[in-house]
Amino acid sequence: MSLLDIQDLSLSIHGTTILDKVNLSVEKGQVVAIIGESGSGKSMTSSAVIRLLPEGAAISGAIWLKDQNISDKTEKEMCTVRAHDIGMVFQEPMTALNPVETIGSQVMEAIRISEPGLSRDEVRQRAELALHRVGLDNQRFPLNTYPHKLSGGQRQRVVIAIAISQKPALLIADEPTTALDVTTQAKIMTLLKKLVDQDKMGLLLISHDLAVVANIADHIVIMKDGQVVEQGARDGFFENMKHDYTKKLFAAAHHKLQKKFIADAAEPVLEVRGLNKDYIIGRNEKLRAVNDVSFTIKKGENLGLVGESGCGKSTLARCILGLEDFQKGEILIAGQKFNGERRLRRHINVVFQDPYGSFNPRHTVGRLVAEPYYALDNPPNSEERKQKVIEMLEHVGLSASDIDKYPHEFSGGQRQRIAIARALITEPDIILLDEATSALDVLIRDQILELLARLTSVFGISYLFVSHDLATVKNITDRVLVMKDGVIVEQGITAEVYQNPSHPYTKSLLEASPDITKSKVKNKEQLNDNIFQH
Amino acid sequence: MRHLSLSFIIGGVLTFIFTFIAILSFFWTPYDVEAINISGKFAVPGLDHIMGTDHFGRDIFSMVMVGTRNAIAVSLVAVGIGMILGVPLGLWAAGSRMNGGSLIDEILMRGNDLVFAFPSLLMAIMITAVFGPGAINAIIAIGIFNIPVFARMSRGGALSLWTRDYIMAARVAGKGMMRISYEHILPNILNILIVQATIQFSIAIIAEASLSYVGLGTQPPNPSLGRMLNEAQTMIFFAPWLAWFPGGVIVAMVLGLNLMGDGLRDMLDPKLKKRKAGDVTA
Repeated sequence: MSLLDIQDLSLSIHGTTILDKVNLSVEKGQVVAIIGESGSGKSMTSSAVIRLLPEGAAISGAIWLKDQNISDKTEKEMCTVRAHDIGMVFQEPMTALNPVETIGSQVMEAIRISEPGLSRDEVRQRAELALHRVGLDNQRFPLNTYPHKLSGGQRQRVVIAIAISQKPALLIADEPTTALDVTTQAKIMTLLKKLVDQDKMGLLLISHDLAVVANIADHIVIMKDGQVVEQGARDGFFENMKHDYTKKLFAAAHHKLQKKFIADAAEPVLEVRGLNKDYIIGRNEKLRAVNDVSFTIKKGENLGLVGESGCGKSTLARCILGLEDFQKGEILIAGQKFNGERRLRRHINVVFQDPYGSFNPRHTVGRLVAEPYYALDNPPNSEERKQKVIEMLEHVGLSASDIDKYPHEFSGGQRQRIAIARALITEPDIILLDEATSALDVLIRDQILELLARLTSVFGISYLFVSHDLATVKNITDRVLVMKDGVIVEQGITAEVYQNPSHPYTKSLLEASPDITKSKVKNKEQLNDNIFQH
Repeated sequence: MRHLSLSFIIGGVLTFIFTFIAILSFFWTPYDVEAINISGKFAVPGLDHIMGTDHFGRDIFSMVMVGTRNAIAVSLVAVGIGMILGVPLGLWAAGSRMNGGSLIDEILMRGNDLVFAFPSLLMAIMITAVFGPGAINAIIAIGIFNIPVFARMSRGGALSLWTRDYIMAARVAGKGMMRISYEHILPNILNILIVQATIQFSIAIIAEASLSYVGLGTQPPNPSLGRMLNEAQTMIFFAPWLAWFPGGVIVAMVLGLNLMGDGLRDMLDPKLKKRKAGDVTA
């Protein structure tokens, strides 16, 4: 019998069906990936296994773990199961650790709960071993380290250490790398795979991104609307996809857009020359967030700006938007110097990452979309304004009747369309997309990218794509800039940079980038590589 | 639609009753509050005088009605002063900090701390002692110590909103600090301000009663709940009803306002509300 066997699991919360007859199983030493969009029930499946469900939830069906049906255990018995047999890794490493306790005491707590009889020294040794196994060696990261001294990736390692400290039979990882940078993500995935191989655990890995898990999974489960639409072994899975939804997901993961060539003679719409931006971080200390950055975007051209968190790309974006002062250099928009002047603001606009934070919840869509008109000296009157808002809403695939609705009535993808309509309303020359598709589901992301591509041909706008996601940038940009520690380390035609990266940093980014078409990680040397970093 | 919380209903009903009594006192009281009737002094609560009479034979019920009106009027204006001056100060401080003017923020908020540092009642006594007792000075004194409360609260709320993307979008459109504060920030902190206002209102009622109790608030012959308590003190052993009714009204009013504030907080405070479905990666 399998290690974990979920049979006909159904779940409803206050009468609303969340899961509908889910069947799946995890063997010892096997990585099973559940993939689906938000609301597909993938997280609820794992919550049902560990029985950490929201109030009002009712489950039916059977969950067999190590030949015991845990679905009808009492809460008290479940505590024992959680302590001994199941380890859990959460999505957000920044909040998964208690900030006022050392990492050692948090790992030791888990060990002490699962084996109360151990002596102090034994608990200590086990904690040290657990941290060592996740790549945090005890010299650099002693047990009395506090979480705030660690980076996101290191914190996630601590969370994994807590989860594996009592050698559970089953490890559940719910979007373990979604909050992390691409290079860190690759390392955490490799680490998880290595731990599964060593301990012969079963790993239930949950993700919204097919590409991220495709390389380490043994078995893939695709979920949609609370049902398993397709599942099968990783080997040969992509060659024999049966369900339309799976095919769509697969297509979205390596989508290519039709791009036209931009003539060299096209006029520049944005020029950045020798830009420096310093932050004062102490009495006599400065941090150079942006260091001597220069680039040009021509009319109709799409430029990508890629880098990991903390590289200065967001600061650069804010400088270009005229939201921050800078120390040296200049920014030219439509050939004129720009440092926040209102009359030039109509030429540039922005779409942000978080579709939920981008709108004042108390304004109607009509008012929100018309906001950039403020930058115009002679804004159209209310009737023309309304016509224009409707026109823009229709351009982005929404309808005229949406004008009187409030933002909470729309889904994430629709809100991102509203944000694009707002950015378009003054018909700017350039739109800055600050991680504009990172928070979206794969299929929705694909639709938004397609919309952006269509709008270029309608309005002749240029885009500046600021992103950590190399796959997105690859598919939609003409040229790409790679940024590290405030410096542009490499730039060039996107296809050329991706094929022949010259800078070692670009190479490492590309290697870490998840890709379905890459082969599955198998050899041991590859697994042991670099785990002591980040 | 949100559920009305029980404390909001109880508090709302109490507040409504006292507001109604206060408004009614403008048009009708059972007796003239200034009419002295020595022969009818110390009447026990009964059919003629439902709350009895005091040592001058004045009707307690009429005096409580007008006293409630005075307490509400003083508190309303005082909290109004606190909001009208405090909220813009807080918005200005937050806006300045987020737009590179942290010096302005420091000056405003340290000035705020200075006012806050004095115990509020002590300062009210100081102000009325210097400028003379009376309802107007009581209003000003209570109003001044309400300013820092609202300034801090709106600054705190505004600071967290200034980092939102929709504020960024407004700045990209070229909107200035004042316009953003008015258009985007104020409507989104209004709920916490309303909750705070109800709490401050109850504190102001206690403050007004305390000032009148020591003779620095509403002056005779205009009735005041605080002064009625003071006058009742010497006669508490043979005419206890003189203290029961004004004291009871103060307690009930403060309780009502606090319950209403708590209930409003539960209903309006976005932090206590469950997060809406639609977590992007859940």
